[in-house]
Amino acid sequence: MAYQPIAIQEPAPSPATPAPATGRAAWAAGFVRIGAALSSNRKAVAGVLILLFFTVVAIFAPLIAPYSPSAEAFAPGMPPSSAHWLGTTSYGQDIFSQLVWGTRQTLLIGLIGGLAATALSVFVGVTSAYLGGMPDHVLSVITDIFLVLPALPLMIVIAAYEKGGGFWVLVGVIVITGWSFGARQLRPQAQSLRNRDFLESARVRGETSAHIIVFEVLPNMVSLIVAIFLGAALYAILAAAGLQFLGLGNPEDQSWGTMLFWGQNQEALMIGSPLWIIAPGACIAALGAAVALINYGVDEISNPALRGRKRKKKVYVVPNP
Amino acid sequence: MVRAVDGVNIDVQPGEFLGLVGESGCGKSTLLFAIGRLLSEPAEIVSGDVLFKGTNLVYLKEKQLRHLRWRGFSVVMQSAMNALNPVLTVGAQMADAIEAHERMPKAAMKRRSAELLQMVGIDPIHLSSYPHQLSGGMRQRAMIAMALVFTPDLIMMDEPTSALDVVAQRSLMREIKTLQEELHFATIFVTHDMALVRQYADRLAIMYAGQIVEHASTNEIFDDPKHPYTRGLLHAYPSLFGPKEELTGIPGRPPDLRTPPTGCRFHPRCPYVMEICPKEDVPLYSPRGDDLVRCFLFSNEVMTNERASAPL
Amino acid sequence: MAVIIRRVEFFLITLWAAVTINFILPRMMPGNPAEAMMAHFQGRLNPAALHALEVAFGVNTKETIWQQYVQYLGDIVHFKFGISLSNFPVPVMHVVMQALPWTLTLAGVTTVISFLLGTLIGMIAAWRRGGIADNLMPPVFVIISALPYFWLGLICIYVFAVTLHWLPSGFGYDEGGNINLSWTFIHQAITHAILPALTIIVTSIGGWILTMRNNMIGTLSEDYVRMARAKGLHPMRIMIQYAGRNAILPNITGFAMALGFVVSGLLLTEIVFTYPGVGYLFLQAVAAEDYPLMQALFLFVTIAVLAAVLLADVANALLDPRIRAR
Repeated sequence: MAYQPIAIQEPAPSPATPAPATGRAAWAAGFVRIGAALSSNRKAVAGVLILLFFTVVAIFAPLIAPYSPSAEAFAPGMPPSSAHWLGTTSYGQDIFSQLVWGTRQTLLIGLIGGLAATALSVFVGVTSAYLGGMPDHVLSVITDIFLVLPALPLMIVIAAYEKGGGFWVLVGVIVITGWSFGARQLRPQAQSLRNRDFLESARVRGETSAHIIVFEVLPNMVSLIVAIFLGAALYAILAAAGLQFLGLGNPEDQSWGTMLFWGQNQEALMIGSPLWIIAPGACIAALGAAVALINYGVDEISNPALRGRKRKKKVYVVPNP
Repeated sequence: MVRAVDGVNIDVQPGEFLGLVGESGCGKSTLLFAIGRLLSEPAEIVSGDVLFKGTNLVYLKEKQLRHLRWRGFSVVMQSAMNALNPVLTVGAQMADAIEAHERMPKAAMKRRSAELLQMVGIDPIHLSSYPHQLSGGMRQRAMIAMALVFTPDLIMMDEPTSALDVVAQRSLMREIKTLQEELHFATIFVTHDMALVRQYADRLAIMYAGQIVEHASTNEIFDDPKHPYTRGLLHAYPSLFGPKEELTGIPGRPPDLRTPPTGCRFHPRCPYVMEICPKEDVPLYSPRGDDLVRCFLFSNEVMTNERASAPL
Repeated sequence: MAVIIRRVEFFLITLWAAVTINFILPRMMPGNPAEAMMAHFQGRLNPAALHALEVAFGVNTKETIWQQYVQYLGDIVHFKFGISLSNFPVPVMHVVMQALPWTLTLAGVTTVISFLLGTLIGMIAAWRRGGIADNLMPPVFVIISALPYFWLGLICIYVFAVTLHWLPSGFGYDEGGNINLSWTFIHQAITHAILPALTIIVTSIGGWILTMRNNMIGTLSEDYVRMARAKGLHPMRIMIQYAGRNAILPNITGFAMALGFVVSGLLLTEIVFTYPGVGYLFLQAVAAEDYPLMQALFLFVTIAVLAAVLLADVANALLDPRIRAR
């Protein structure tokens, strides 16, 4: 035998990658996978529990709240007492009842605003990646533009034109300003999926682009879509609270943001009813933290290198005999 | 815990060229990095010794080790594209290695770096080039030049040619050998390609699943491979000029080291598997001279009982 | 430098988009809110100013929408933003220019501090993997970054101004003070800026810490870091020149992406602290339905953000030779 130095590719042991699931089952499988992964992450579990707590409060608000949130039925500016756990506003409303009722709209805005913004992100990001070429270029530029356009001033301008806009104006403004971040993250991942075999076979089968995107591409991006939804929901909650705080929502709505607006309006911090402002803000913070914790958990699941690590003090080396 | 490298014993003499051969994932690079104390967390050395000119590197503190690094032993990595810092010039990366160990005026440092680049056939103008501005072969050469800054006693090379095309590979191998003969450094050369090191290595150590399975002179291994895995490796590569023969290769793939096979780790893929193989750990047998082989075929019992009847 | 040229192109396109949004929005809104505003000022404005407003908001005009658009673009190019209705008859430009320096200073200083400090902490946290900083910081800052900026500002006011009386609760300088470059004024300005700056830094630093830590964990496992260790380089040099410098590159790009969000928080903070910058002016414009002022502010904030993005790109090109080559 004569051996010559010949370059041969190392026989790479390709781990058997399971063919990605497709269709409706894939969606279900994707969510099950995330649910299972989340339940094993402590941070995520803490976030889910907080979220669950607020959901229960929102659903059973009429049962939990001791009084009507809007009735100006008590002595104004009372300090906390057994009758009024968080005291009363300077209009004589029960702060605790307002807080309980306010959970509803805040959660709803997070949910609906987050969902709508995510839907738009997915639509733009995936379409852009899937179509490629000129449409991709145009959509990418549009995404980048919305990414750098300062959101708050834009929201304020829109909301100012739509004076006293209620719930849906807030949602609209949040979607317009909040979709670009997700679209920017989705595009590269959708691109990497575009040329995979299982999509090719779907195309050969004659499936329409829409069908392929919904049932073949998206199920394989569930974890990223969930992460984007969580980010968008957090953004929606904070943005809505900010706009309402500025008086750009409907001041008659019951929400934590409007509580902050009225509290600030009446200088609650100066006149000795700080809970009027502290309590709704703390709730927003807790809700935001819950979403952020779940998101962080999702992040750690998709990138295990980021997980916390115990520091080893000493490495034991056993000498050879 | 995964024992990525286990019970390995190798030694390299000054000026010697040792080839460390095996499929990917068998622990070659891990072994190399363990020798150089370069494992990154969570990998660590749990037992064993690394003796470098009488000093046990395993017990050195990182601070003490630092003074030995690069001057005593240096490293050439698989892909210079990844091993060179993309944001520093070649010159800067050579200079910081010098600076870390020796006080030298800037001009002298530059002169030394330029000499080294010339030695590996690169125009010294590239001292001010960034890695991405060099071709693949030039980057690899630049890294070798870097490894030679202090003419160390040992250079560990981790598949330094695998990112190159055949022609560049051959010329780089010749170059390494010439430099080695000139400068008398010892080399541990990791590769998956037996044929590549045939003309250059003095001895070969064949690794499988974290263990050395055969260790002998290069000629011995090519003329009379003993371990079934070695034979498989030899048959995995075609010969250019030799008689036509079937490339059998080795069916299957290396085991997952989290759950290594019991007994001989090669037994699930071995064509000569015997009853004893899955049951007992195999010691190293020495069928001749200093040669070592980890296979029951070379145990005394099998040798005396079966060799006559079933010649290999 | 092709990258920079592409970025300048993007700068211009985005600017055009912002101007166009300004043009379209009042025309899209049902029941044209600008019309009511115009009626209010009828007779108080000279014909030229009135015409400019008509063009800007598409009221009472016989010109086609394209003619209006072209004229509007022309006005913007010449920095003609019209008259501020709430500060009648002061031009919008003049009002904006009074607020802009406050915001730029506050934003510039806090962003630089937050970026540098956050990057440094993130770098050290990843380097000392498993240390106190590494284990404690991520969850803490995940939670802090979920806090509403303005609420944190309110709490700061309540604690440090109302309760402890350590620092002033709002505005940019003491009441009755004069804006000049005297030591007294600078001292006042700094005292008044501490709480808003603190609010912004605390809420924005977490993002830099987390991304830098995550990037750095990535670069620390790169071959060039192993190579640097093999070379026996000083750990400081490995941390900064090898792992850190490569980890900071995507962070700078992320900086550009996050800036829009940071600016939003900054404006809200200004409002809470009645800081005499763009954010506070914005709120006043909204309250007074001063649409020309609002539009100009939106445009100026956009320009500021774009300029910062451009700056980040230049910095990236300086730090990364691969980008320079492209």
